[in-house]
Amino acid sequence: MTTVVAYVDQDSGTPRPAGLEALGAAHATGADTVAVVAGPGAADAASQLGASGAKSVVVLTGADDYSPDRLAKDLAAVVQAQSAQAFVTSSTSLGRDVAPRVAAHLDSTLFSDCTSFSLEGGSFTMVRPWMAGKLIATLRSSAPVCCVTLRRNNFSPVETDGDAAVSESPASADFLALLKEIGSADGGKLDVSDAPIVVSGGRGLKDAESFKLIEDLADAFGNAAVGASRAVVDAGWRPHAEQVGQTGKTVSPQLYIAVGISGAIQHLAGMKTSKVIVAINKDADAPIFKVADYGIVGDAFEIVPKLTEAIKAAVAAS
Amino acid sequence: MNIVACIKRVPMTETQAKVAADGQSLDTSGVEYMTSFYDEIAVEEAVKAKEKLGGEVTVLTLGTTDATKQIRECLAKGADKGVILTDDGWALRDCRSTAKSLADKVKELGAEVVFAGRQATDRDNASVGPMLATYLGWACVTDVIELELEEGKGVAKRESEAGVETYEFSLPAVITCQKDLNEPRYAGLKGIMAAKKKPLEEVAIAGEASQAEVVSVELPPARKEGRIVGEGPDGVDALMTALQTEAKVL
Repeated sequence: MTTVVAYVDQDSGTPRPAGLEALGAAHATGADTVAVVAGPGAADAASQLGASGAKSVVVLTGADDYSPDRLAKDLAAVVQAQSAQAFVTSSTSLGRDVAPRVAAHLDSTLFSDCTSFSLEGGSFTMVRPWMAGKLIATLRSSAPVCCVTLRRNNFSPVETDGDAAVSESPASADFLALLKEIGSADGGKLDVSDAPIVVSGGRGLKDAESFKLIEDLADAFGNAAVGASRAVVDAGWRPHAEQVGQTGKTVSPQLYIAVGISGAIQHLAGMKTSKVIVAINKDADAPIFKVADYGIVGDAFEIVPKLTEAIKAAVAAS
Repeated sequence: MNIVACIKRVPMTETQAKVAADGQSLDTSGVEYMTSFYDEIAVEEAVKAKEKLGGEVTVLTLGTTDATKQIRECLAKGADKGVILTDDGWALRDCRSTAKSLADKVKELGAEVVFAGRQATDRDNASVGPMLATYLGWACVTDVIELELEEGKGVAKRESEAGVETYEFSLPAVITCQKDLNEPRYAGLKGIMAAKKKPLEEVAIAGEASQAEVVSVELPPARKEGRIVGEGPDGVDALMTALQTEAKVL
């Protein structure tokens, strides 16, 4: 029987949606799934995972603070103790931080940010974007342990019935780097790579102050994040954390609205897999219209306020 | 401080990708190359560390002689010497194989800190830095946006979904660099002239076989043709109708 170990990120006893996606993806391969949780509240989170695809759960105990190198070493030890054939986690900033190290401890390569993960005839096959999605590669693993991170919003959590057996494994004591503090400055804000709706602005907005238009439209939805083109991030109007594109974040929300963004190749690479794309631009020949499902040609300063009101009305009516 | 900056020569971000005849790789005809965007930030941070703490910066890459141009550009910006680990089969390597070869060379160079970009903009693995650190048994902080190094240790800030995380770590360490860390300098004429005389070593190496077999490489599916729903503010009503009744995303 094939065993897949899934690291499920959790926050104070509640599994994070990204963690449940990873667990769901592991379960969907048909393999036996062992979930691993760590940090404060891990035992509470563990008790919920039998309902989300885990056959058993391992709780790493005695490490309430976060050290990426220590967590990686402990996760690799669980993979070995379980004689697992694969290790998966979500491609969050924590997943991206830890998974390469887990892979190295297992002397295995890593398949990062995969959009598909499947098991057939005993071998794992992954699909992942290259060059921020300009190319799509299908890869087969011949690693001792197939180590994978999964792109957000590409895998679904599963509902299973059954109680997963929970066991404990003590975390190691030694570490080389330790998280001391998390600044809450941007804490409550929805991250552009997680948001189901993204409203992005570009140079067509003319100056940093005009991004108020974009923020207002995002606020009207209630569940939208603000994104930005490279040009406006380079100009210092917006933080890099909001940049969508090949040197920023790759996003695939349900709805992507591009305002005043012409659509350079490097921007398109970062948002082309969005389910529905809307473009608002005064240049009817802008490349963004080539990937947009719906476009409005015209002045963003006239169109966006009206759209914001219409969205507010639609949200209020729903 | 003995410092290494790892770079990768990658297709320009403006590249319009095509699939090669083998169906397994990028068609490189007409492709132009650059130092991967985040690796330029790594080189800048390495030079800044040298300026503050003294020592020497070695720019290290794995590839072919073709990377000479990119290495010279880094030398022109203040790095002291370059090393190209040459391997004709380098493009077929996976991140594990790359990390192991880099680890061997970093050990040999006796570095105390290695800077690398958070990811290379061709394969987007974001793996070689932390894998390299793990093979070396070193600390590693990824996606760093602020860094303070001192004797034997450092403090780094990192961007995550939760906010800005502050890490304390021991040296030696690998630091992977995010955009906000610094603004890479331009090479002056003096730097460009000086770079021509700086040492550049080429070492032929062989790596371990890839554990990632490429089954196929394809272009992403084309989006279905969209349409202009209107002009100016008058287009908003048509857009709302389309989003509500056709796309059903509201």
